[in-house]
Amino acid sequence: MSALKADVIIVGGGIMGASSAFFLRQRGMSVILLERGLIGQQASGVNFGNTRRMGRPIEQLPLSNRSREIWLKFKELFGTDVELLLNGHLRAGFTPAHEERMVKYAEEAKSFGIGMQMLGTKTLHERFPYLAPEITTGCYAPHDGHANPRLAAPAIGRAAVRAGAQVFENTEMTSLEKDGGDFVATTADGRTFRAPVALVTAGAWGNRISTHFGEPVPMIAKSPQMCVTEPVPYAIGPTIGAIAETFEQVVYFRQVARGNIVIGGGGHEPADIDKRRAYVNPARTLYKLKSAPRVMPAFDHLHIIRVWGGIEGYMDDSRPAMGPSARVPGLFYAFGFSGEGFQLGPGVGEVMAELIATGATSTPIECYHIGRFATPVANAA
Amino acid sequence: MNHRFVRLAETNRARVRIVIDGQPVEALAGDTLMVAMLNNVRSLRESEFGDGRRAGFCLMGACQDCWVWTAHGTRLRACTTVVAEGMNIVTTQPEATWANLA
Amino acid sequence: MGQPRVIIIGTGPAGVRCAETLVAAGLRPIVVDENRRDGGQIYRRQPDNFTRPYDKLYGTEAERAQALHASFDALRGKVDYMPETLAWNIFGGKLHVVRDQRSRSLPYDALVICSGATDRLMPVKGWHYAGTYSLGAAQIALKAQACSIGRRVVFMGTGPLLYLVASQYVKAGADVAAVLDTSPLMRRLAALPKLLARPAVLRNGLALVSYLKRAGVQVLTGITPVEITGSAEDGVRGVVIRDNRGHERSFECDAVGMGYHLRPETQLADLARCTFRFDHETRQWLPEVGEDGRTSVPGVYLAGDGMKVLGADAAEIGGRLAALAVLKDFKFMVSDDELQGLRAEQAKMDRFRRGLAQAFPWPAQQAAALPDDAVVCRCEVVTAGDLRRTVREMGAQEANRAKALCRVGMGRCQGRYCGHAGAEIIAHAAGVPLEQVGRLRGQAPVKPLSMAVREEVE
Repeated sequence: MSALKADVIIVGGGIMGASSAFFLRQRGMSVILLERGLIGQQASGVNFGNTRRMGRPIEQLPLSNRSREIWLKFKELFGTDVELLLNGHLRAGFTPAHEERMVKYAEEAKSFGIGMQMLGTKTLHERFPYLAPEITTGCYAPHDGHANPRLAAPAIGRAAVRAGAQVFENTEMTSLEKDGGDFVATTADGRTFRAPVALVTAGAWGNRISTHFGEPVPMIAKSPQMCVTEPVPYAIGPTIGAIAETFEQVVYFRQVARGNIVIGGGGHEPADIDKRRAYVNPARTLYKLKSAPRVMPAFDHLHIIRVWGGIEGYMDDSRPAMGPSARVPGLFYAFGFSGEGFQLGPGVGEVMAELIATGATSTPIECYHIGRFATPVANAA
Repeated sequence: MNHRFVRLAETNRARVRIVIDGQPVEALAGDTLMVAMLNNVRSLRESEFGDGRRAGFCLMGACQDCWVWTAHGTRLRACTTVVAEGMNIVTTQPEATWANLA
Repeated sequence: MGQPRVIIIGTGPAGVRCAETLVAAGLRPIVVDENRRDGGQIYRRQPDNFTRPYDKLYGTEAERAQALHASFDALRGKVDYMPETLAWNIFGGKLHVVRDQRSRSLPYDALVICSGATDRLMPVKGWHYAGTYSLGAAQIALKAQACSIGRRVVFMGTGPLLYLVASQYVKAGADVAAVLDTSPLMRRLAALPKLLARPAVLRNGLALVSYLKRAGVQVLTGITPVEITGSAEDGVRGVVIRDNRGHERSFECDAVGMGYHLRPETQLADLARCTFRFDHETRQWLPEVGEDGRTSVPGVYLAGDGMKVLGADAAEIGGRLAALAVLKDFKFMVSDDELQGLRAEQAKMDRFRRGLAQAFPWPAQQAAALPDDAVVCRCEVVTAGDLRRTVREMGAQEANRAKALCRVGMGRCQGRYCGHAGAEIIAHAAGVPLEQVGRLRGQAPVKPLSMAVREEVE
């Protein structure tokens, strides 16, 4: 059987891969996307769903802003309503030290158009009367918000298909090799695919491929610990995250239009990328039950109806591997977004398409270059 | 008829007084909250998603269709809660102010 | 060796007999039950201040009910009984339970899950209207609260419970408008050889049917549900069906009791990471069990309707077998004769169960026939049309994918009542075998968990 050919092979169909496929098609390049399961089934589908810019590392804000522009046109571009709600993001604090942290960040990030407002205790409780009295300070980003992660990547994937991308779900890649000027991907069902460019958007599994090409990265797989309440009347506009001293105390939540409140926090559990399994530890569920009412006392009246986890890739330095390979011409990476990738997804796709099609991108991503992990040993290999 | 369930026996029990949507009504000791309510009104709650009134379904704590709001903003699963004197139930969704303090 | 720590979940017939067998061997198991009182569902006890005698409550099963309750009463001092305690999660070899807003994690060497069953439902247009209840619910209203679910009740569905509840209602003085059975009479005749495995049960069943007819209740077989009519504000007004000759018939009522036999409550087995296998005969996924209730997970056992629906009598046997399996696995002496005897009894029950499945089949074909505007998921109000669109326009061919995209099974009940029909609709719309659609992945908590719950400080 002869190989199927395209300009680009994308390995991994999460939001990064689906988005890259779509934007490469916008630039007229042919695309093959290989996904072992279903589009958006892994990290892209199980994360908290925050589309915030506030709080991101400063160097990430240009990429985040670029992505936001696409989020604002999501339905128009990708054809599906993914429940994007832009009622702001509120970071809440309990102490003057927390206030200082937020002020410092607001100052550092002020030129990026996020529109952050520090709120004093009185204003905070007037605008958000459900907050616990112990919360004394807050920073509000009025234009941030959240969306439904279960819907987003699949919607982008379908749009990519309509735009002419060849998407192969339930197709496990068993090898990726360089053969002359081409990359050759072989899949478990015996097919082969060829392209002069390969883009690795394989999330927590990206390290396997990068290692194969001599570029291992320090990444571990962790499971976010999520839970959700029953639907209750819509009352909480912004996504809310409370500053915490320990992982156990970390809690953040968002209310969807239908009324359920999604709650994350309480740390992570290890995830198994070989068995593709991730579990929720009941202890971490109980942490959230304790920490959520500290932020909004009315939580004590509600019930959680479901928990879930998934598999996310976390880099040692919490930054992705994004950009060209340091060793192999034609090879590109966009994986390991360390639990922060959802909002960046559409932007990452647009940037990678730009980079692959034109050789450069106007959005600064040099600090994400995979070469930062290179050691003399790896280089010598 | 302004109630849904019909008592067929065991009516010689102590009376219990509760409030539903601001109206005082009577139930019998040993009733579940659901039975207490449905012997006085036709339904327990409003469905969140626009399809109308609900009156429970499984009566065994499995379907979760009988969760009701109290006037104080707490939640009770009516079929597994024994009725108690003074319970104060509202059968419509509270306003967005449910989450507010005071 | 030391005493193995055994936890039993459930005090229905399986749980009680399991506890009894373990206690007889000198163990002191923990016995957890979600309810205030023991007895499970079939032998659900009425409140303390109710006066109806056993024969009125349990009919032909009065003796068994009384024996079961007396057995548990005798066991109370010999087990660590935890009533009103919800087992909400299993993780790392511990059972997580909550009572009075306090959560504890209980380590175990052996866990016997006797979680029982709920009614199995096939949606019909209008089944979301107030006044629609499961058959089990109708029975609980009567048995545990001495109420009828309405002024005029239609019972619809299939299975022995349909006739049992209807006749209990008639006996208690309720107004029963009709009993509508989707299974054609011919199927019962064809199943007769298997049903004869338990002649007394068969006799009782036939007696119920003739009782209903003598009482003047319309009993129709081979019907097709069309619609439950009603209004959003006031609920059920009537039922429309097609009879076995295809003629449309309607019945006025203000309550419907509906059900198609039972489905095991398998959430805890799922959380314990037991493997499941697809049962072609009954078109559902069941936990894989080996001999005597052993699951794929060492130390985890199942018994009763929570393992496989075999009825209350079989549950008592299953409870004993699971206890003997625990004892054997923990190197206690176990009588092989006793084991063989119980297994033989259970095999007879299984033969009868297969007869019931043949006589009163799950009406799978009704799923495909549901109109697009029929609600499938009551919790999230997802219609058959929504689900079909998710298959056809978004490519969902698997249960969890469909749930992620259109919310079917995402609500408070975690798919207990929509899961089976949802899968049938997906299979039909996608043109794939039902087994390929898979099953909804179980997630904790098994039932809604109050956010006021805190970890108990030991």
